[in-house]
Order: sequence, then C-alpha cells, then structure tokens
Amino acid sequence: MASDLEGFELFKQGAEGRLYKGTYLGRPAVVKERFKKFYRHPDLDEHLTKERMKAEARAIVRSKTAGVRTPCVYLVDFEKRRIYMEEIQNSTTVKKFINDTINNFSEEESFQKILPAATEIGMIVGKLHANNIIHGDLTTSNMLLTYCKEGKIRITLIDFGLSHVENSAEDKGVDLYVLERALLSTHSNAENLFPLILQAYKKFNVKDSKLVLVKLEEVRARGRKRTMVG
Amino acid sequence: MVIAIGFEGSANKLGIGIVKDGEVLSNCRRTYITPPGEGFLPRETAQHHRENALTILKEALEEAKVNPQDIDVVCYTKGPGMGAPLVSTSVVALTVAQLWNKPVIGVNHCIGHIEMGRLITGADNPTVLYVSGGNTQVIAYSRRRYRIFGETIDIAVGNCLDRFARVLKLSNDPSPGYNIEQMAKKGKKLLKMPYVVKGMDVSFSGILSFMEERAPSLLESGEYTAEDLCFSLQENIFAMLVETTERAMAHCESSEVLIVGGVGCNLRLQEMMGIMCKERKAKLFATDDRFCIDNGAMIAHAGLEMFRHGWKTPWKETTCTQRYRTDEVEVTWRGKLSLN
Repeated sequence: MASDLEGFELFKQGAEGRLYKGTYLGRPAVVKERFKKFYRHPDLDEHLTKERMKAEARAIVRSKTAGVRTPCVYLVDFEKRRIYMEEIQNSTTVKKFINDTINNFSEEESFQKILPAATEIGMIVGKLHANNIIHGDLTTSNMLLTYCKEGKIRITLIDFGLSHVENSAEDKGVDLYVLERALLSTHSNAENLFPLILQAYKKFNVKDSKLVLVKLEEVRARGRKRTMVG
Repeated sequence: MVIAIGFEGSANKLGIGIVKDGEVLSNCRRTYITPPGEGFLPRETAQHHRENALTILKEALEEAKVNPQDIDVVCYTKGPGMGAPLVSTSVVALTVAQLWNKPVIGVNHCIGHIEMGRLITGADNPTVLYVSGGNTQVIAYSRRRYRIFGETIDIAVGNCLDRFARVLKLSNDPSPGYNIEQMAKKGKKLLKMPYVVKGMDVSFSGILSFMEERAPSLLESGEYTAEDLCFSLQENIFAMLVETTERAMAHCESSEVLIVGGVGCNLRLQEMMGIMCKERKAKLFATDDRFCIDNGAMIAHAGLEMFRHGWKTPWKETTCTQRYRTDEVEVTWRGKLSLN
C-alpha cells in the first residue's frame, strides 16, 4: 500500500497497476500507480513503465483534442510511477453494462438498450483513427459508461498504456481486430454487436475506413490455425 | 470405470498413455532428437514415429497392466500439428481400434493439454497460458468453449527459443528450450530487444530476426556471452507472456493461472508467473515435464472426458487436420460457467 498517498484508497488492481481513489486539489481523482513488477528484469520494467506512462499521458491529451471523452490528466509523477487523473464518477464498465443488460432483459429489449452504446463505441474508435491514434488495447473493460441527465449514455475511454500514433491502415485494422476478439470472448451477443460498432465507425472515420476494413479482413484471416478451405 | 488409451504424435514427441478415470496408469514417450543446429522435419519425424509406435504401445500396455479387451475407447490427436507425424500416429490408433473393436475419438491437442493440466493440478477454472513449440495462447473458459483471449500473431514462443538455440548450435537433447534455460541461469547482462505486445496478442518473429542478425557479432566482439543472450531472450519473451496473461486475468476477473505446454516446464517462466500471481493474490498451477511436454495420457484423459459425455468420432471423420483451433471444440463436459 502506498503510504504517502494520503486520503487515497486502493480500489482495484488492474492489469497495468493499482488504482487509488481520492481527492487531488479538491477534485475527485484516480491515481494509477504502475508499481514495480518484480517478475520482470528491473531495467526492462523501468523502460516499459516510462514508455507507457508517456504513451498514456500523450494519448489522453491527443484524444481529447480529437473529441473523444477521456479522463483529464492532473499530474504525471515519473519518480513514483503515478498518473493522477480525473475520476469518472458513477460509472460502470461497458463490459458490465452489456452483460447486465443481456442477463436482465429479453433479446429484443437488450438489443435496443445496447444499440446506443455500440454506436458510441464506433464513434469513439472512428474519431481516434481519423486522428491516427491507435489505442492498442480496446476492450469493453477499458470503456466507462455514465448517464447524463436526459438518460442518454456517455462513454469515456481509459487505459492508453499501449497506444501510439500511426496513420497506417494496418495498425488501425489490428486495433479493430483486438476489439472484435475481446468482444467475442466476453459477450455472448458479440456477433450482433461488432457490425453495429463498425457502422458508426465508418461515419466517423470517413477518410480511410474503407482501407481499414479491408485490412481488418486480412488480419482476421491471419489468426493461427484457422480452418481454411482450398 | 472407463479406461482410455491415447496416441499423441503431433510434433517430434511420440507418446502413448493409458488413463483410468483420471488416474494415469502409464505414459510412455520417445522424442525424435535432431543434431545441434537442425530442426525436425515432417518426413523424418513421421518415420521416427512409425519405427517406435509398436514398441511404445507394448510398453504402455505392460506398464499399465491392462489388456486390450479392458480398454473402452481409443483416442488420438486429430490436430493441430504437423501433417505427416499426425497421420502416422493416427494410423496406429485407428488400426488397434479396428483390431480390438473399440470406439475412436479424435482429440484436439490443445484441449488435451488444458484438461491434463486441470486434472494434475486440481485447478478449477483457471486462465490458461498454453506455450509450446507450435502454440502460444492465453485461454479462458466461457460459455462452453475454451476461448482464445490472446495468442501469437506469428511464430510460437517455443519455436522462437528452438530456432535461437540453432543459432548458438545448442544440443537438442533433451530439448533446445531446456538447454537455453540452463545457459540463461549463468547470464547476467540484459540485451535490449523488441518487446511486442498488442493488446492481449504477442509476436515473436521480429525478436527472432533481431537475435539471429545480431547474435554472431555480439558474441564475436565479446560484448555479450551466449549465456547473456539466452538470459536476455528468456527475460524479454517471458515478460511478454506474463503481461498478456495478467491482462486476460484482469479482464476476466480470474484468480487462477494454469501453465501448460512444453515451454511451461521452464522454471524461470513459472517463477515469473508466480511473482505476478502473488502481486494479484492469485494462485499459480503448473506441472512438470511428464505432463507439460506432449504425452499420450493427456489425449487419453481428454478423450475419456469426451467419451463419458457421449462423444464418438464416426469412422468417416477419423481424419487429421493441421489447423484445429482450441475454440472450435464445444466443451460439453464442463458446466456453463460465465465470465461474470
């Protein structure tokens, strides 16, 4: 436990580090601490952690400029391996939202409820790619869902540690493929979900969505040990 | 009581094992070992399997003290793997099934590894890291399938290690990976090399090219020793595997890890995974070389589970296939656990 993080409380251990909740300069904040991973060589750990903290801070700012909702970065502390950022209050992960909806509603109802979320995801990824931002780890655990006053949903994208800037259709295709695979392994209705996401994606990445979708087909066919005909 | 015999020959190991309701009665194996600097090729490997099949079959039956009449089902590896070795082994399995008049089940090799790992370690619902010469996958069970969360997008991790061992002309006896592991223990200096993680997927071919290109000059200049290079390679690629496994665990909220496959008996990999698990308060399950490395008992055990749940492979479908994904098989022998 980080003793010098006064007033902050550990609430989750994600894949990349520990997450603490608290207040920073009077605002509700989350601290993401990429603690030392003792399983890997200290030099390698140091290098990767620095790279990813830089990538995360940069991509968050870039994404904001691109019109994608992300938490605000308050402070980056390389020494202590921490990023202080805005807490997205009253949020659930999109993963939980989809699974809860499927479990509690009929097929038709849940489709209607999930549709706006799928459209929003497509829009977010479309905007990222139109601005050459590759997220690198698009899963429904990395998307936070909140409701606005009118009951409409909002999605905030997090976890940019594996992101980079690249304009190639290849990297964008792989980014979409990562999302598709994450959906397939997490959600039982993923077969219907992904096409909806792609529909919205096309609208927001007008520039090169055609090329990216062709690449996506290529990447899909690349998976190892796929059954092939002919 | 059900007794199953399993035939495994998807790569350079030929294994025949007999299992009785989760108890391993025998598990015999021969490995086709090539000279240093050389890999194993399909034709020669198949020949090795043909030459040894009957000897091992006898051994397995004698060790298990089982008569062919007592056997309920004959299981063989349907795939994935190398074509010629797969076929030469399945021919033996199908022949004895005909002679003894027993039903046949074609088993997915990867499922064999997972089920054997679960049996031996007692892991209930683990996130599985399956690492070998032909496969690298991070797997979790959900909705009646072993779903692939992450995998290599090019060569397998074991293939990367094997081929690097060829650059150093290390012995293939007992396995190139084992000899790299021993050398790595004496390595100290870490060489920086590509670290390729894409979401939950990994890639090794670039790392291999990097090492193949630079190793000769680094060794010649004396900047790095062969031990240092083995050490660096292991540290780098194992960190990638542990990281992706951790990502899958966080996503599935899982608190168990099971390592299976030939590379899984590497103690450094087990140690690294163990530290990661401790940091997350999760539990690590791993097995030793008897069950990590390809063997017949795992095919027998997975086949036995399938047989109990009414599986039988119709004679016309007793073929082999080089491509056979882990998530193609419907896992009818496990409950309908969901991810949440």
